[in-house]
Amino acid sequence: MSTNESATSSKRWPAIRFNVNSEARIVKVPPMKRLLDVLREDLHLTGTKEGCGEGECGSCSIRMNGELVNSCLVPVLQVEGADIQTVEGLALDGALHPLQEAFLCHGGAQCGICTPGMLMAAAQLLERSPNPDMPQIREALAGNLCRCTGFIRIFESVAAAVDAQSASPATKLTTEQMHHAR
Amino acid sequence: MSTPSTTRIVGANVPRKEGVDKLLGRACYVDDIDRDGMWHGATVRSSIPRGLIRSIAFDRRIDWSEFAIVTAADIPGENCIQLIVADQPCLADGKVNHCEEAILLLAHPDKHKLREAVGAVQIEYEPLQPIFTIEESERQDVAVWGADNLLKSFLLEKGDVDSAWAHAARIIEGEYRTGAQEHLYIENQGVIAEYSAESGVTVWGSLQCPYYVFKALRAVFDLPEDKVRVIQTETGGAFGGKEDYPSTLACHAALLAMKSGHPVKMVYDRMEDLAATTKRHPSCVRHRTAVDRNGKLLAMEIDLAADGGAYATLSSTVLSRATLHSTGPYVCPNIRLHARSWATNYVPYGAFRGFGAPQAIFAMERHMDEIAAAIGIDPIELRRRNFLHVGDTNATEQLMREPVILDQLLDRALKESDYHARRAQFARENPASPVKRGMGIAAFYHGSGFTGSGEVYLNSLGGIDVMPDGKVRVLVSNTEFGQGTNTILTQIAAEALGIDYADVTMAAPDTGVVPNSGPTVASRTSMVIGRIIERACSQLLELLREHAGLGATYTPAEFFAACERYRALHGEVVSLCRYEAPPGIVWDDQRYHGEAYGAYAWAVYVAQVAVDTVTYSAEVEDFWAVQEVGRVLHPVLAAGQIEGGIAQGIGYALYEKVVWQDGRMANNQMTNYIMPTAEDVPPIHVSFEEIPFQFGGFGAKGLGELPHDGPAPAILNAIRDATGVAFNSIPLLPEDLYLGLAAAQPAEETAAR
Ligand code: FES
Ligand code: FES
Repeated sequence: MSTNESATSSKRWPAIRFNVNSEARIVKVPPMKRLLDVLREDLHLTGTKEGCGEGECGSCSIRMNGELVNSCLVPVLQVEGADIQTVEGLALDGALHPLQEAFLCHGGAQCGICTPGMLMAAAQLLERSPNPDMPQIREALAGNLCRCTGFIRIFESVAAAVDAQSASPATKLTTEQMHHAR
Repeated sequence: MSTPSTTRIVGANVPRKEGVDKLLGRACYVDDIDRDGMWHGATVRSSIPRGLIRSIAFDRRIDWSEFAIVTAADIPGENCIQLIVADQPCLADGKVNHCEEAILLLAHPDKHKLREAVGAVQIEYEPLQPIFTIEESERQDVAVWGADNLLKSFLLEKGDVDSAWAHAARIIEGEYRTGAQEHLYIENQGVIAEYSAESGVTVWGSLQCPYYVFKALRAVFDLPEDKVRVIQTETGGAFGGKEDYPSTLACHAALLAMKSGHPVKMVYDRMEDLAATTKRHPSCVRHRTAVDRNGKLLAMEIDLAADGGAYATLSSTVLSRATLHSTGPYVCPNIRLHARSWATNYVPYGAFRGFGAPQAIFAMERHMDEIAAAIGIDPIELRRRNFLHVGDTNATEQLMREPVILDQLLDRALKESDYHARRAQFARENPASPVKRGMGIAAFYHGSGFTGSGEVYLNSLGGIDVMPDGKVRVLVSNTEFGQGTNTILTQIAAEALGIDYADVTMAAPDTGVVPNSGPTVASRTSMVIGRIIERACSQLLELLREHAGLGATYTPAEFFAACERYRALHGEVVSLCRYEAPPGIVWDDQRYHGEAYGAYAWAVYVAQVAVDTVTYSAEVEDFWAVQEVGRVLHPVLAAGQIEGGIAQGIGYALYEKVVWQDGRMANNQMTNYIMPTAEDVPPIHVSFEEIPFQFGGFGAKGLGELPHDGPAPAILNAIRDATGVAFNSIPLLPEDLYLGLAAAQPAEETAAR
């Protein structure tokens, strides 16, 4: 584990320490700064998106100490000592998370802007209840808005990830996929 | 053209081309990008709907020397956003015509300083009387646009309507209304602009049509082609909402970049995006229809009015598509259709998936059920008796040459939804239940591509090249914003060239790199651009066979080897093609007569609803969508488009209401502008009939907009079936249901069901 101090830190602000995707981080930013902005601006983790800034759309969803939270509603002072997981922490060791794999195969992502938040909400669900039924999937994703898919293929992706998880471990990404650039 | 069994990649569910980047959270949307020395921009907007600007004052509490400030006086070229009619200023100059109209721009290195600064610019107005309804605009007592408020009108006539009424068994009239609808793409509008005297303007942004933005920037900056460059960044949803608005936003950011000497980012927050950007045109459609005793349509008189908002923007083309979808997929010998788009003092209405067709089809398909009720024929049967078939002509007297399989689609929709059995069951159960269930249907078409001579006029240029690293690139200005452009076009190229899907990439959507293959709108990408790519690939194979020894059959390795031999001879390996119209496309723009579209996609949708007569909520419980869209290039993406469009259509019908207060959107938050959530969407059953269209990319027709056309009428027809009450206006919220059901109470008690 490495300790990275935010590049934009300022001496004026007290240090806030927390873990992001299993890495210890220290930021010195205004304590009321939104966690969303700290992740995106200070830690350069831009996978977490802003859709509304008021807790309605879920595109800023992250996991904090095992709970799903809207990072646009969390002042960074509240994360002192917390464990944060963002979409960047889902795929580990070069392998897509089964949810990512399933979203890729089943059309769970269209424009992709809701996808990071949707994945975090789905990951939270699977950790809580490894075998959710359709009403549970719908309920778990009800705080995450997607304007592209009509949700149907997102539900299918989550259901497929459930099946896959019980069947086989995640597949390794090919080099082409990992380095894919448009 | 190939049949499904002979293709390897077209028709297969290959992974979305940019999918892995999106899933890993590393796809780069505009707000994820920073440029060195970048400042942030903000907009000072009109607080009144119409008036003259008397003075602009800057509050002393702000140190304005830290800011770059741009007004209309800073515009080096024309103060006008180029689109169809040159009426919309880039920045208001002395006069405002809608709330939130941009008046002045600010930039500062710290984005957190902007909000206060925007509030510290004080503008005094002399208010003028605004217009907020179609009816007021029609009366023309106050002229808010031109001399007569009329943004555009079309008159379409077929046969002899006036003498048809005398022969009618019944004449049925109805008035149908639709409201504004917000796109609610989850990524708000945003751009970054840079300016330098040597290289001109460069803009990165969330947008659909790079060359529209390019054209707008050239005029505002008075710059030659080689001094303007527009690059689309990953785009988080658009649905038409990023067709014209990004031109304005790009000009604003670029003006600030020029004034400040820094790159400038402008990304709207949700409230600004909702309040200031375009929405779907509200409409009011009046139908007067003559039928004979058997329910055959004898004559239709249609009066269609759309609210265009304060400037012309895309209203004329939206009205055109509304006109051409007003009469439904039916045969009618006598038609008179007058369509008009009226100016009001709202933010200009713009493109939104369906582009006028959902409004027109809502009216027509709702009206069909009223005709059926009036003459006592089953709504299914009424439609069947009037469907278009091959050899018939439609309203513009376009001869149906391609297969029209409406009967087949209808049969399949009835079967899959178990329509008759469910309807019978609900008829039995409803009387004793506070929850009334019903089934509703809509039959419709959607024309693919630009209207009439539009595609010829666009004259799109696209193609492929082969890079020295052994990748084929697709060269188009058509953009990905979720629909699958990248995937579909690379599938087509890989298929046509006989190489692997992984061997084809998309060139950056950058006007400095790709030719102008037209905008990404109008359900044209698969059909029109797909076909251009397919032809460019065949053209390249011919060149390689002629000049580089490519065999009649070859492996991918042999293909790339031939490309390198060709490169050695000619320097580059590139093949571009222009649009070629299918034969027999003749369109008369004056009379609105002829081949309105090169191809049509056809559909029959069925909704099952439950209306709770205690809570007055209406819920869609199940939905079936059967359509013929030509060849389906990617079944998962295609179904995803249909489902997403249906969810938006459900929102249009039952949830999404723009609340206006003195010309301003009052509910400009996601908290109070309500779209369907994961708990609101019903199961959606999507099926395709495939009839390859020989002039579309590998047989494809357009499908992206089609699914927004059918849900609203199918749902309101189902509510009529459930309650016996005709609701003719959307959105239909619980309070509207309450009022309608309460008003119908006495009648309902005596009704049979
Ligand atoms: S941005 Fe946080 S919930 Fe929408
Ligand atoms: S994929 Fe676009 S918002 Fe969900």
